[in-house]
Amino acid sequence: MKITLNNREEYFEGDELTISRIMEIRSFKFKMLVVRLNDSPVRKEDYSVTTVKDGDDLKILHLVSGG
Amino acid sequence: MSVIKEIRSVLALKCVGIAGAGGLGSNVAAMLIRSGVGKLIIADFDTVSIPNLGRQFFFKDQAGMPKVEALRDNLLRIEPDAVLQMHCVKISPENIPLLFSTCDVVVEAFDEASEKMSFISEMTSRFPKIPLVAGSGVGGTGGFDKISVVRSGNLFICGDFESEVSETLPPLAPKVTAVAALQADTVVRILMGEE
Repeated sequence: MKITLNNREEYFEGDELTISRIMEIRSFKFKMLVVRLNDSPVRKEDYSVTTVKDGDDLKILHLVSGG
Repeated sequence: MSVIKEIRSVLALKCVGIAGAGGLGSNVAAMLIRSGVGKLIIADFDTVSIPNLGRQFFFKDQAGMPKVEALRDNLLRIEPDAVLQMHCVKISPENIPLLFSTCDVVVEAFDEASEKMSFISEMTSRFPKIPLVAGSGVGGTGGFDKISVVRSGNLFICGDFESEVSETLPPLAPKVTAVAALQADTVVRILMGEE
């Protein structure tokens, strides 16, 4: 499937994947992440049950200290 | 009407909330007042310290003052007619509606990533229609080409998303101010209907 991940087109094996699986594949290991699927917020406890499908827009944004 | 007059006449009627008056918040506030924003609501519980002067919009003789009071004085020196609502409080889920529910745009300007996280989740779940402009990644020097603004719906995050402030990546005026400038520009674009 082809999705938009952080504003870039990316290809993944299979028709759908959970957000947790995509994080594993792409090694997003940070604690402070803002996750948005098709512009809707996804809570941490829902990463493993929210599936991403072909054509979806996924953003996984890292929040770091400083300001 | 000239473009600059048109921008200023629109911004004069707008209210922007700023959560935090440190490196990002104090500089965003100054730039928004200079751009002609009519009203700011700013909340911060901290006081001005000498190390703050390395990047924040305060002066040495203001050390020890509550940041919101020092910032009010400084902003009024730029524009005495600005409407400023300053709150010396720690921002919490309980007072967020009271502070920011009437704003046209809100700026997240905290220091700690965990505070950024909870403010963003609180604002986007309770006030999804108010555009929120956050900051992430302001530490060290260089890497300005990596600074961007990423938009998802009404959430805009500015920064390089990686340079966490630390002993080795201290917060220095040029980069902190650059991200603050991108936040202020994003606010102006939202208020002008360009975003």
